Amino acid sequence: MPAETGINSYVNGPDENGRFGGFGGRYVPEALMPLTLDLEAEYRRAKADPAFWAEMDDLWTHYVGRRSPLYFAERLTERLGGAKVYFKRDELNHTGAHKINNVLGQVLVARRMGKTRIVAETGAGQHGVATATACAKFGLKCVVYMGAHDVERQAPNVFRMKLLGAEVVPVTSGRGTLKDAMNEAMRDWVSNVHDTYFLIGTAAGAHPYPQMVRDFQSIIGKETRAQMLEAEGRLPDMLVAAIGGGSNAIGLFHPFLDDTEVAIVGVEAGGKGLQNKTGHCASISGGRPGVLHGNKTYLLQDDDGQILEGFSISAGLDYPGIGPEHAWLHETGRVDYVAITDKEALAAFQLCCETEGIIPALEPAHALAHVTKIAPRLPAGHIICMNMCGRGDKDIFTAARALGVDMGGMQQRAASQ
Amino acid sequence: MGRIAETFERLRSEKKAAFIAYIMAGDPDRITSQAIFDGLPAAGADIIELGLPFTDPVADGEAVQMAGLRALKSGQTLRATLEMVADFRARDTTTPVLLMGYFNPLFSYGVERFVADAANAGVDGLIIVDLPPEEDDDLCQPARAAGIDFIRLVPPTTDGTRLARVAPDAGGFIYYVSVTGTTGAAAAVPEEVAPRIEEIRKVTGLPVVVGFGIKTAAAAAKMAAVADGVAVGSAIVSKIAENGPIENALEFIGELSAGAHSART
Repeated sequence: MPAETGINSYVNGPDENGRFGGFGGRYVPEALMPLTLDLEAEYRRAKADPAFWAEMDDLWTHYVGRRSPLYFAERLTERLGGAKVYFKRDELNHTGAHKINNVLGQVLVARRMGKTRIVAETGAGQHGVATATACAKFGLKCVVYMGAHDVERQAPNVFRMKLLGAEVVPVTSGRGTLKDAMNEAMRDWVSNVHDTYFLIGTAAGAHPYPQMVRDFQSIIGKETRAQMLEAEGRLPDMLVAAIGGGSNAIGLFHPFLDDTEVAIVGVEAGGKGLQNKTGHCASISGGRPGVLHGNKTYLLQDDDGQILEGFSISAGLDYPGIGPEHAWLHETGRVDYVAITDKEALAAFQLCCETEGIIPALEPAHALAHVTKIAPRLPAGHIICMNMCGRGDKDIFTAARALGVDMGGMQQRAASQ
Repeated sequence: MGRIAETFERLRSEKKAAFIAYIMAGDPDRITSQAIFDGLPAAGADIIELGLPFTDPVADGEAVQMAGLRALKSGQTLRATLEMVADFRARDTTTPVLLMGYFNPLFSYGVERFVADAANAGVDGLIIVDLPPEEDDDLCQPARAAGIDFIRLVPPTTDGTRLARVAPDAGGFIYYVSVTGTTGAAAAVPEEVAPRIEEIRKVTGLPVVVGFGIKTAAAAAKMAAVADGVAVGSAIVSKIAENGPIENALEFIGELSAGAHSART
């Protein structure tokens, strides 16, 4: 079906109330409503302004290093002995992940709104580093909220953010992870709405955030579409991407949603396995609909509607919710959502290093693990494109620990930074 | 006329502002919390706000966050909170009881079932922080159909246009948030609050209550001079957190109430 044809299209959402089917919306305190509505109006103006997109293109080209390559993973393909596997190389972006695509877009919107102070939440620190980077470039004050537990386990990224001039605030409420950092960033925003812009790192939150983040990340899918046509003369048979909140995935998927011959798979973090209620972060495979952080979507929660802390080896997937558009794509059946365990992700992490000379982040290692499961069962002419959304430099200590390698002194030196 | 409207009418005839006390349901445990709850009318609370504990209270400061975590740790559930209201109602048929919290536990319980059970238990109003008028279909309309008031928070960031959106479907009273920020934040300034209350009164006939940032009897008295009621939460839950005998908390509530009631006599 051609794109943007109307009622039977998957790309027309959200509606004017920020809904993707029954998901999304604007579940925020009244104190944030005026700003949320202002942001929606400003984003609509920016989106229609060619000068805005010209500035984005310039930044994407000269600052981020887009377009990122589409790479045929030849040795991996041989090893798996089935479908042809391509990587979209978004790990080659400035700051090492897809996060910067969205951050730059939102910083430009914040500047148009006259905001001078940016607050952000971060889990692994990748979104925090990307935000601190863009704030340094544009001379904006930057405050990053990060769970105290994550501050400890992601010391190198904390140091990077500080080098870039950001203030990093460790959050001790709750269990001190991404969810608590999100709460604290929202409290800051509620308290400082007059000059502060909340720069959300994933395609979730109150409308218009899920839409806006998706639009900025869709550069991934648009490039992939063109590059695949150049390389193979046709669209891929399947797209695969990892999902925490789901921004890299929706960015890859969105330009293909109406190409219904393209199968699409989102890979959630299965942690220790879905049978363990607090041992995974698979909101769709192991959660149910609820309302948190501004949107109605699938959440990890207990029987009384209290939010559960997830678990994943990948700090970037360690969030108990998922973007509302994914919740809708799941319910419509357009996208399949599966879960991959820590163990499977680690095996794929190693395989990628050995066969392709690419150290992937633990997030795309989840997507790759799913590829390694299905590719051998598919015919040689079948094309799979996976989003390599981040590089693994940040994860080497975690991976070493999980693989039983003692990096003792090195890790301590990094932690003491 | 419901209990909320009756209470404001009675206080008006007595030339008093309403004193609204907030406690977290199940903090520090259900039995202690019920005892404090039951003691509130005699201590001087005209209206009671019962907090619904939630893991992720984004509009609350540290005092209320901690109270919620203590309650959850003690095993408090939404069903238990509704049972607490029913127990209270068996002894007190006149003091309005409001539930204040976040939407997800109610959504999880099931809106239809929640609204029916809340009405049966004797709940008079709801203050649900993360449901602005844009999301009225979820709970505001079903609650109103069941005779439960949906009370709106109006923060200082609300301008005239927004006020016109918020006020028309508000029930019970308007809860004016006197400081920009989370509960228990910086002290509110009566001189800044008074003109905003006048502005709100132009668009609604409902009473206007001031809350957030009122911590002492003296502050309650000053705010009560310009508003129809004063709400105190964080200062009370901080007192409860000291874990003294419940009389200490009730005595403090008595002082706050005396402050609020002294304003116009």
